[in-house]
Amino acid sequence: MNQPVEMSMRNRTGIDRSPADSQKMIDAANAYMPSSKGNGSALMDMESGYIQEAEPVGTVAIPGTLKGAAQATIQMLAGRNAEVLVDKLGERLAFERTGTRLYDYFINKCETMHCEAPISIDTLKRFRHEEAQHFRLVANALETLGADSTSQTPGADVSAVASSGVLQVLSDPRTSVDQSLEVMLNAELVDNAGWDLLVKLADEMGLEDMAKDFQVALNEEDEHLMEIRQWYEQCTLKQAGAI
Amino acid sequence: MSVNLFDSKGVSLDKQRMTWKDMVQPPISKLDDEAFTRVRIILTNGLEVEALRFQHLCARMNKDLQVPLAKVRRVEQHQQTTINWLISSDHSPLETTIAYEQVAVEVTAAVAQTEPDPYLAQVYRFGLLEDFDHLYRYSALLDRLEGKDANNILQSHTDIIPGRPTIDEHRAPENDLREHYDRATADTISKLHATTIMAAEYQTHDYYANIGPTYADPVARQLYAEIASIEEQHVTQYESIIDPSETWLEKWLIHEATEVYNYYSCVEQETNPRIKAIWERFLDYELGHFAYVSELFKQYERRDPAEIISQTLPDPMPFESNRDFVRQTLNQEVDMRTSGTQFVDKAQEDQASLDYRQHVNSGGSPSESVAEGYQWMPGTELNRKVA
Repeated sequence: MNQPVEMSMRNRTGIDRSPADSQKMIDAANAYMPSSKGNGSALMDMESGYIQEAEPVGTVAIPGTLKGAAQATIQMLAGRNAEVLVDKLGERLAFERTGTRLYDYFINKCETMHCEAPISIDTLKRFRHEEAQHFRLVANALETLGADSTSQTPGADVSAVASSGVLQVLSDPRTSVDQSLEVMLNAELVDNAGWDLLVKLADEMGLEDMAKDFQVALNEEDEHLMEIRQWYEQCTLKQAGAI
Repeated sequence: MSVNLFDSKGVSLDKQRMTWKDMVQPPISKLDDEAFTRVRIILTNGLEVEALRFQHLCARMNKDLQVPLAKVRRVEQHQQTTINWLISSDHSPLETTIAYEQVAVEVTAAVAQTEPDPYLAQVYRFGLLEDFDHLYRYSALLDRLEGKDANNILQSHTDIIPGRPTIDEHRAPENDLREHYDRATADTISKLHATTIMAAEYQTHDYYANIGPTYADPVARQLYAEIASIEEQHVTQYESIIDPSETWLEKWLIHEATEVYNYYSCVEQETNPRIKAIWERFLDYELGHFAYVSELFKQYERRDPAEIISQTLPDPMPFESNRDFVRQTLNQEVDMRTSGTQFVDKAQEDQASLDYRQHVNSGGSPSESVAEGYQWMPGTELNRKVA
């Protein structure tokens, strides 16, 4: 079972591990000139060419049939870009759905490792439950707009790519609780900013009921962020022998 | 320990059974395990994939062998899984790519130095300088795309400097073919070398072909496209040095002997005891396969397997840094090119290759762009630029 980070002679990655061989590598790198001159800007030039030709990653699905309630909500958005709201809602929905799975992995790791204070399994289970509720909350919001909550929006897709490393770290049996806490903090920071934006977006677009619901979720997310950040700091300081 | 291929029966095929837990074991540590442990993992994975590939082709052409092939293949499949799953998930695809090129450089260099046939040794040295250049190009990509130092993977065993420039490696197909060894007179080690390097290059091609599109960056996508094309040329080269008049069963027997030889080499040199136990288990499995195929060979061809494979295995393949040999080869042969199956100086290169190269590079060269002005430095080139 994994242990807190330790110092050993086993790490082989740096040049100090093999000074003589490393010096030979350095000497060779200095003696053999690059086959092409320049400062590496060709790489970004090529990237720029592709940026100019690129198509977007995808589009937001058009709502199917707009029923009474949805029609009324859409009318409130007259003159605004509803697709931006739908995209951001889709992004939050996907994040909360994956976030629930992140908590499943983290809780399992903490239980397996018999985590002690400051980490509380009961608190983690509550956070997990709230993430799942937030997922349903956003799904309902999308449905009131007549949008398909099962559709994947571009924001959802890009956000999932961005956070895919978090899941890799949490689902790796070798990672420690401290390492897992760091990526949970990573996820909660982004999640918190996402809810903050959604509250503003709904409010500015005149969707008061939605904004109120989202504010409740944001308050809960504030607590997630605060707790995870504190645990992360305390665990690291404790491990370092600083407290 | 020396291995007598015909006396060591290994584990019989019916006892070669594995569970999913056997196949999915804890992976190696990217940080703490020896680079040559990873080299051995990648090399033997390539051999297992080649075993599956060859045995499927053999089955398509030989009705009578389909059942025996299916039985052996099932085990090879599970061996391949066990080995490939040892690569830990914190290796980015690009870091694994660096490791693949380290395999290509160090194993090809080892083979080139022990190959008794001078022409075949030249073939290996020729391919070596090309894979050596790929390592340099991918190291530049790793530095400039992910901000990482390739030496974290290489562990100071392998230099990061230009080889035969990748831009010059694109050749007309007819200039990638080579002369083959003679099945009747070639040394056993020559047969084992050829199958080993062909397998390694084939899996490298397939790896690049599969992971290339997983990159978002267009330069990375182009670089993988370009180097995958060279790896395909290398497969063409190494495939052609094997005598095409060998029978299907003869080839199957050589494949099994090659696996035995490589696992034997792994057992002899592995530093991680947990991984060594896997090599020992699979050496016994492969000896079992060799014994099984030997019986088929006798039954169908009415010949003695000792006619094509020597009784005692050659000395193990050395898994070690070949820095001095690679540098010497680089200094002497970087300007070597091909004309048909012959190696010539740059000035005599076949026109068909020049024409092909001119066209394929006419829209820009990813291998040149990515390494523009690149010189490896410990801790990435930012160490130099910031300092």
